[in-house]
Amino acid sequence: MHIVVCLKQVPDTANVRINPETNTLMREGAESITNPFDEYALEQALRLKDAHGARVTTLTMGPSQAEVVLREAIARGADQGFLISDQAFAGSDTWATSYVISRAIKKLRPAADIVLFGKQAIDGETAQVGPGVSEFLNYKLVTYARSITVGTDGRFTAETLMDEGIEVIECSLPVVATVLREALPPRYATLAGWMRARRVKIPAWDASRLGVVPDLCGLKGSPTRVVKIFAPPMKAGGIRMDGREMPSLAVEAILRILRDKGVAK
Amino acid sequence: MSNGPISIASEKCRGCKKCVGTCPFGAIRMNGKCAVLRPDQCRGCMDCLQSCPIGAVTAAVDDVTDHQTLGAHRGVWVFAEQYQGKMREVVYELLAAGRSLAKERACDLAAVVLGHNIAHFAPPLIAAGADTVLLADHPELARYEAETYTDALHQLIVRHKPEILLAGATAVGRAFFGKVAVRAYTGLTADCTALSIDLSACLLNQTRPALGGNIMATIMTPHRRPQMATVRPHVFNMNVPDPARVGQILLEALELAPASSRVIRSVASDPSVNIADSDIVVAGGRGLKKAENLALLHRLAEHLGGVVGVSRACVDCGWISAARQVGQTGKIVRPKIYLAFGISGAIQHLEGIRGAETVIAVNSDPYAPIFDVADLGIVGDLCVILPALLEVLGGQSAPDCGQP
Repeated sequence: MHIVVCLKQVPDTANVRINPETNTLMREGAESITNPFDEYALEQALRLKDAHGARVTTLTMGPSQAEVVLREAIARGADQGFLISDQAFAGSDTWATSYVISRAIKKLRPAADIVLFGKQAIDGETAQVGPGVSEFLNYKLVTYARSITVGTDGRFTAETLMDEGIEVIECSLPVVATVLREALPPRYATLAGWMRARRVKIPAWDASRLGVVPDLCGLKGSPTRVVKIFAPPMKAGGIRMDGREMPSLAVEAILRILRDKGVAK
Repeated sequence: MSNGPISIASEKCRGCKKCVGTCPFGAIRMNGKCAVLRPDQCRGCMDCLQSCPIGAVTAAVDDVTDHQTLGAHRGVWVFAEQYQGKMREVVYELLAAGRSLAKERACDLAAVVLGHNIAHFAPPLIAAGADTVLLADHPELARYEAETYTDALHQLIVRHKPEILLAGATAVGRAFFGKVAVRAYTGLTADCTALSIDLSACLLNQTRPALGGNIMATIMTPHRRPQMATVRPHVFNMNVPDPARVGQILLEALELAPASSRVIRSVASDPSVNIADSDIVVAGGRGLKKAENLALLHRLAEHLGGVVGVSRACVDCGWISAARQVGQTGKIVRPKIYLAFGISGAIQHLEGIRGAETVIAVNSDPYAPIFDVADLGIVGDLCVILPALLEVLGGQSAPDCGQP
């Protein structure tokens, strides 16, 4: 079984701010991390590897420094990593990104049986690239999945989170699945894993290696355009009071609001 | 337009048939000595591009807005998502939003229903503002499956060429719209919180939060159609239904392959964990200090008829299931009242409560960011205030709130 995990390097959004005067991103101090949801996808792949034996390949699309997310994944137990990187990919929206990633997956041998993504990236938060790749690959799509298992007959099952609850889905391989955060806590890298990850060669694939059509990549191939970025209107604060001296006054103030809203007598 | 970007230059083609054999979907046929693409069968997978030895198969982006082609796309569509015989509320919200977009574009508003035995959905959709209801009634659409839903909606797009296509940002909408947009080779903007028509360009302005709510971005799809967006539930208000409204119902026949996945089991979620739709959310964070104190929140939620939510810290400590987590990586909530006990208010958390009408916060740290957004911010010890509040509400002695 060949499992491909797609990882994205993202800015740690806790530290990204917008300059309200220039409406530009201030990334100073914003660390780059592996998208937290993707770590759960990797963990899911490694669990399948533990259970059935599988080859786990990781991919990331981004600038050359994104290579580190692949080495981290290898330190945790992934077998290999490929960096998809080219200036021509800059500015890709979800359509163009799905196109490029799907071409990279099609290049892998043996062909991927399962392709995993985190349910979404914490920077773009579109959750669209997984579905998009499933469309380009013509693989089945299973979204918001956890507890993935593969039977001896090659049947894929997963619990999927729908708006009303959980559906347990069964289908045949190959599958693209997006993985929930509440799945399994990601394992730590081992020392031996880090030793291996430092040595391993990470091939870099550019547009020509992938054989992608340049007109379909990057900004040029992207159907969408970002026309404006601005700071969100933040809700103004209201009444502030100190409830340390006289807690009963604080309780009274809370009750007043609850009564105004008709939820307390 | 809404078919992939592939084209085959008939004057160049030498009839080697390599592309015919490559296409996984049988979308390329020979017409005499020349390969011809059947646009309705093409999935835009791009496999054929490398197969042609002389470069007669090409993929091209429309660089220049071709007004004639773009103009052939008319109408605002709302994907009317139904689940187990019930229409989702967000559909009515989208119809209200779609009504004003259709007015700006001087076009019709249509609701598209996919399912089986769905005729009864049409009248309420018309009453809610749809001029047309497209009913795609097919046994294979009886339940949601990404592949069959994508096939069905794409066939309708090719048939009717809508200009704008909206869906609720639900588990279903967010998933299969991603496939539809790829197949139609068009743009899709996720989780929009505002939509408007740019009057000079006649394009849909799609505004959404990104980077954990730190920025807002306005996005357009200038050269492709339809312009697709998913919209967060509870962003738009629904219109008052008008049962006297007249509309047209179209029955759409579709050819669909049998669904290839099946649902083995389905477990409805515990309604008390449905924090996303609750009017009152009683939430706690790290300031609770220990898991046992969650019981106080549950008691308060019971008194107020609300549900318990938590910040990420509580989930990470293993105190409670992630299904109750409020925030960017948890659930977005829109309650009338949000009570935050011991939640400092990291940006990811605040993003999740942006839609709350009234926020009441209790925190011992006077500098906690939650106070910046609270309508009532109380600096104090929740272990004092929460039991006192419960005592007044319940008329009984204060429960114990032990120190860690």
